Amino acid sequence: MKVGLFIPCYINAVYPQVGVASYKLLTSLGVDVDYPLNQTCCGQPMANGGFEKDATRLAEQMEDLFKRYDYVVGPSASCVVFVKEHYPTLLRKEEHACLSNRIYEICEFLHDVLKVNKLDAYFPHKVSVHNSCHGLRLLHLGSPSELVEPRRSTLKDLLSLVEGIEVFEPKRVDECCGFGGLFSIEEAATSVCMGQDKVRDHISTGAEYITGADSSCLMHMEGIIRREKLPIRTKHIVEILASQKV
Amino acid sequence: MSSHAKAAKKFIADRERTAWHDQALYFVREKRDRMAHGVPEWEALRKTASRMKKHTISNLAYYLEMFERNATANGAHVHWAKDAEEHNRIVYDIIQRHGGKHLIKSKSMLSEECGLTPYLEERGVEAVESDLGERIMQFMGTPPSHIVLPAIHVKREEVGKVFEKELHTEPGNSDPTYLTHAARKALRQNFLNADIAMTGVNFAVASSGAFVVCTNEGNADMGTSFPKVHIAIMGMEKVVPDYDALALYVRLLARSATGQPSTTYTSHYKKPVEGQEMHIVIVDNGRSDILGNPDHVNMLKCLRCGSCINTCPVYRRTGGYSYSYFIPGPIGINLGMLRSPEKYSGNVSACTLCHSCSNVCPAKIDLAEQIYKWRQQLDPLHLASSEKKFIVKGLKLVMEHPAMFYSAIKAGRLAEKMPRFVLYNSLDAWGIGRELPDFAPETFNEMWKKGEVK
Repeated sequence: MKVGLFIPCYINAVYPQVGVASYKLLTSLGVDVDYPLNQTCCGQPMANGGFEKDATRLAEQMEDLFKRYDYVVGPSASCVVFVKEHYPTLLRKEEHACLSNRIYEICEFLHDVLKVNKLDAYFPHKVSVHNSCHGLRLLHLGSPSELVEPRRSTLKDLLSLVEGIEVFEPKRVDECCGFGGLFSIEEAATSVCMGQDKVRDHISTGAEYITGADSSCLMHMEGIIRREKLPIRTKHIVEILASQKV
Repeated sequence: MSSHAKAAKKFIADRERTAWHDQALYFVREKRDRMAHGVPEWEALRKTASRMKKHTISNLAYYLEMFERNATANGAHVHWAKDAEEHNRIVYDIIQRHGGKHLIKSKSMLSEECGLTPYLEERGVEAVESDLGERIMQFMGTPPSHIVLPAIHVKREEVGKVFEKELHTEPGNSDPTYLTHAARKALRQNFLNADIAMTGVNFAVASSGAFVVCTNEGNADMGTSFPKVHIAIMGMEKVVPDYDALALYVRLLARSATGQPSTTYTSHYKKPVEGQEMHIVIVDNGRSDILGNPDHVNMLKCLRCGSCINTCPVYRRTGGYSYSYFIPGPIGINLGMLRSPEKYSGNVSACTLCHSCSNVCPAKIDLAEQIYKWRQQLDPLHLASSEKKFIVKGLKLVMEHPAMFYSAIKAGRLAEKMPRFVLYNSLDAWGIGRELPDFAPETFNEMWKKGEVK
């Protein structure tokens, strides 16, 4: 099984350690991982901002970069689900004929494809799980609070395999943090207000870290935490799943 | 900045009020959740409701004509209005024919849509709102800020002040029970004086020609009990095939709207009381156009429960008046665009695409997906923000050329700030409450090339 690692633009530039942790985690589970060079962006920011057509060439590039892999795995639910749901339209192809059919968010891949039930991970800290909107409501990494369905959570299932960890969730368990791509700039006041509320909700759990499968939400909340010097930090879930005893 | 962003900024400047508004509405959303989770077959009900609506709007002429036939046979007069103007004229003609001067109204969003109250007032007919929240709004001289909870943005102290002036209540008394009693006492006179009653219609049952009005205050029943004339106004999508369909929607409506198992009153009107006249005005006002719009036809499934508004994290923090259309939230963004993109495109930015609205909608309307589609329309309609367009075009250029992307990061790293295409104006916006992220010393791409990823 050959896996192509999809590293979204801001992870490449700002959070490369998330990419490194993804690589380590997957290889430790016996997966053959490759990173096709010179990836940039999947096109989601343009599309969500209302310029979907401006993402077409990026979609073609992505399609080309990843054509030789059995699976494409990325540590960002939002980017992955964009590829999954919008590439067939952008590329005017059937879903099964493009990348959309082979792409997985990394937690989804661990949980549903590799069916991991044991991890050699150690993280002796309290963490609050950030159930991101696109992870939850589009990629179905868990049951959204609005829906009447059996409760499940891919993220919590995986975190339960980590030794020493204590897992919490905010009171408004899946309220949006207010990032929303270009929303964060176009509607900055509302975006910041939502972010502040969300960070406070995470802090009230007593957690030391906010963790989740979307670095974009984490980046937005980290911006608020640093501005206000709040007593909590952010960490991508993959970094926790790849943490080991030193 | 979009019209919504501007108004939102103003609203949020009062953080205490924003927090209060957010909590008040989230409380309603939580009540909705509890109710939904108490019905194990909830998701199946939503699915059926959505399909039933699809069936009905696909056969709208058939069901509307069936309704007209049956309602006429029951003794009601059915009128058809192609737009707001015609609707207002029909209503006014009926009132005039009976020499009416005092209209008592129960809540109707259609009358807001058509601007009925000002139309009648210009012609010397007083229209009194009998729903408490609507009455408060009428005293305050402002439109409702929410389609189900018109005065949700008003604090009880403010209601107290308004009632002091309008109803001469005790100064400083803002006890809700006291104020409600005062309103009730005053409204009693309005009920007794009214010569024409008006209600909206929640559901019009085609198979029987009856229609149903849901209220919590019994004001529709009270209003229609005295006057000799009852005018019911309905958007043409309000028709449902039969009582089985009605039962389904009634189970969903109040649970979704306010977290109640049902509204306190679910009033069925079938035929005029002896000596009374009953008129039903069926209004198009753009609905036929929606019917012919495959991307947005689902909007005609809306039950007007307001659950998408209550769950919307943007609405909760920015209030109903931050939207330029009279209906706020996800439903309002979409209906506003269907009404006039030129007038209401300023609301399309008011969405993080969190998709909570699509999950709560009892008719499973793809509200968030439709907002995404509207965003794609802004540029072709020449309504896109030039700043956003500049950012996107810059982003596109850089991202399509990996060499440019990686050198932009290098440049940004050296300058310790974002590259120029992100910097343009938007840095200020990000920086209002957030620190900018630092670039890593090396991109993942560089690390991989150097064999540092192990």
